[in-house]
Amino acid sequence: MIDFSQPTPVILSEVRQLTPTRRELVLNMGPQHPSTHGVLRVRLTLEGETVIACDPVIGYLHRGVEKLGESHRYAQFVPWTDRTDYVAAPSNNLGYVLAVEKLCGIQAPERAQYWRMIMAELARLASHLVWLGTHALDIGALSVSLYTFRDRELILDIFEKFCGARLTTNMMEIGGFSREIPPDLPEMVREFCRYFPKAIRQYEDLLTENPIWLARTKGVGIIEPDVAINYGLTGACLRGSGVNYDVRKAMPYLLYDRVEFDVPLGTHGDVYDRYLVRIEEMRQSIRIIEQCLEQVPTDGPLMAYESQYVIPPHKNVMTTAEDMQRHFIWVIKGFSPPKGEVYHAVEHSKGELGYYIVSDGSPIPYRLRIRSPDFVNLQSLPYMAQGAMLADIVALIGTIDIVLGSVDR
Amino acid sequence: MDWQRLLVSYFVGFVLLNVLLGLMAYMTWFERRVLARMQHRVGPNRTGPFGLLQPIADGIKLLAKEDIVPANADRLVFLVAPLLSFALAPLGAAVIPFGETLHLFGLEIPLLVADINVAVLYVLALGSIGVYGIILGGYASGNRYSLLGALRSTAQVISYELVLGLSLVGVFILAGSLSLQDILREQQRALVIGPLTLPNWYILSQPLAFALFLIAAVAETNRAPFDLPEAETELVAGYFTEYSGFRFSFYFLAEYINMIVVSLLAATLFLGGIDGPFVDGVWWLALKALFFLFFYVWLRATLPRFRYDQLMGLAWKVLLPLALLNIGLTGLVRLWGIGAL
Repeated sequence: MIDFSQPTPVILSEVRQLTPTRRELVLNMGPQHPSTHGVLRVRLTLEGETVIACDPVIGYLHRGVEKLGESHRYAQFVPWTDRTDYVAAPSNNLGYVLAVEKLCGIQAPERAQYWRMIMAELARLASHLVWLGTHALDIGALSVSLYTFRDRELILDIFEKFCGARLTTNMMEIGGFSREIPPDLPEMVREFCRYFPKAIRQYEDLLTENPIWLARTKGVGIIEPDVAINYGLTGACLRGSGVNYDVRKAMPYLLYDRVEFDVPLGTHGDVYDRYLVRIEEMRQSIRIIEQCLEQVPTDGPLMAYESQYVIPPHKNVMTTAEDMQRHFIWVIKGFSPPKGEVYHAVEHSKGELGYYIVSDGSPIPYRLRIRSPDFVNLQSLPYMAQGAMLADIVALIGTIDIVLGSVDR
Repeated sequence: MDWQRLLVSYFVGFVLLNVLLGLMAYMTWFERRVLARMQHRVGPNRTGPFGLLQPIADGIKLLAKEDIVPANADRLVFLVAPLLSFALAPLGAAVIPFGETLHLFGLEIPLLVADINVAVLYVLALGSIGVYGIILGGYASGNRYSLLGALRSTAQVISYELVLGLSLVGVFILAGSLSLQDILREQQRALVIGPLTLPNWYILSQPLAFALFLIAAVAETNRAPFDLPEAETELVAGYFTEYSGFRFSFYFLAEYINMIVVSLLAATLFLGGIDGPFVDGVWWLALKALFFLFFYVWLRATLPRFRYDQLMGLAWKVLLPLALLNIGLTGLVRLWGIGAL
């Protein structure tokens, strides 16, 4: 029990931050700052331009998403997952619906699983494009952000075609997809896959061998592999240090074991290696999407309608009494999954995104916990900032790839 | 100097100042349009044909904005600093020759405001004083971002002023004068190397100095990739974070006028200024300066920003030794009198 009568001790990474010496300057970077990617606040202690201590302060975008999950019925929470990491909404949807499906012991039909993979990989691309654009912008490369956002539009167009929404997609449903795939969507995705490698080359022309980019990113923000593991980093932050861990390979979900792709690894663990890893991940995502498009059946069910946990098909609701009653109950009361605890992780564009659900057998989760990758990854900022310059801080925030909606939840 | 020449000088200066301010306004338009083209955007195109009235709209907007003075600012310095920057910026253009002497109504009208025999030194000195506007503005704002921007600016200008000055020494050795009028006259001679007849532009005989001057000039005017004093992703807006309304626009004007002046200077020193094929004249100077201004925008669209220590390292470890080397080589060539140089 916490004794609230006693003042809780303030634990900061460096106590000195509160009492700077005469030579030091405390600079409060954020929550309103052009390059803190939202409302991150970083309290910096500077000596000249050198960072003595760095203390990230989060919580400015806290909306209590986990608590909201514990007061909404299972299917009602899907739109809330969009609003955690809003640049890769389908990946969040996917993590949650997979966790609920695991809890209920159901599985989406094969065709739906392939389309889920395609959408998740497109979400990864969209997220990486936002990351690349803002990261390059932070370091001063102005044009890259315009190019990446131009290409992200194409992905958002695909999302819009698929589900009607562009940013907060609310795309996945428990059990699969209840609406048919638009007939011209596969061609749209194929067209994008043909175009996109050219776009990656364009970004790389501007950055990969640019001497200033190299000077700004190489040897900056080094995380050693053991430190990365100790901090619990996942995603490109971990793989940039050379640790081979990708949820898609380590614990395959959906049909990732049926497609071939490589997991790019860095060697030095610096900002540049993480940049290279993410660029290569974009190429691998295109590979996965192309294989999915080849393997996906052209017709077949998209929803696991045989399960009692899934909303009945709409045309049956209008014709059969049982389905109408079930539909009524499903909408009014929701469904009650079996008692138990479940954790399901997906490889989100930022790392391992896990949903941990405790069910007490009621239509509302007893406990819902979101393990968001960027919240965990952000912890490594003070470690990376040791001895860095002020200008490096924006590069480091960029390299972690945070979305404050996901950090604060 | 008799009163008539003084009056003519004032008149030329007045015209020049107005032209410069007009050019500056359209430099912002030019930059936004070119940058937009490079980034797959359209740029301002709503205000007037091709957005040509946009600078006027921006000017009116800035003048109509509230002039905010932060509570913990050093009030007097805060109010004066932008004026200092702005007032000093166009003075550099006074020594740039815009053409041959005109003969009108029996008057001799030299197309430059002042032919000083230390013209280049004067321009460099103006740049050094101009940085006071930045330092004082940053210091007086009472904002830590501004302070850091001002500190960066101080270090940057001191380092790059040195490179800028030393890169020009080669030109002085060749021309034997510090006066831009004389340097221009030297470049208008034809350079005959064997069967080739080239203009004696100093870009040909001083390519290293030209490259050094170009890099140092970008740093001197605080433009990308050396825009550290106002690095918006690190320092919000650097030294003018706290400025608003027309005081903000003074800094803005000063930056763009500096760009134009430096471009004119580079064109005059290295590309022969008004010298060109067919008919010499101010249009050649304008074309050459426009090339430099385009170059500025191009750099901004392409390159990331240097870090503070890398900027200093570049100036002191790379550019300065190269500038000294260039002076040594030019001195030796001059001493032994090789070729037509």
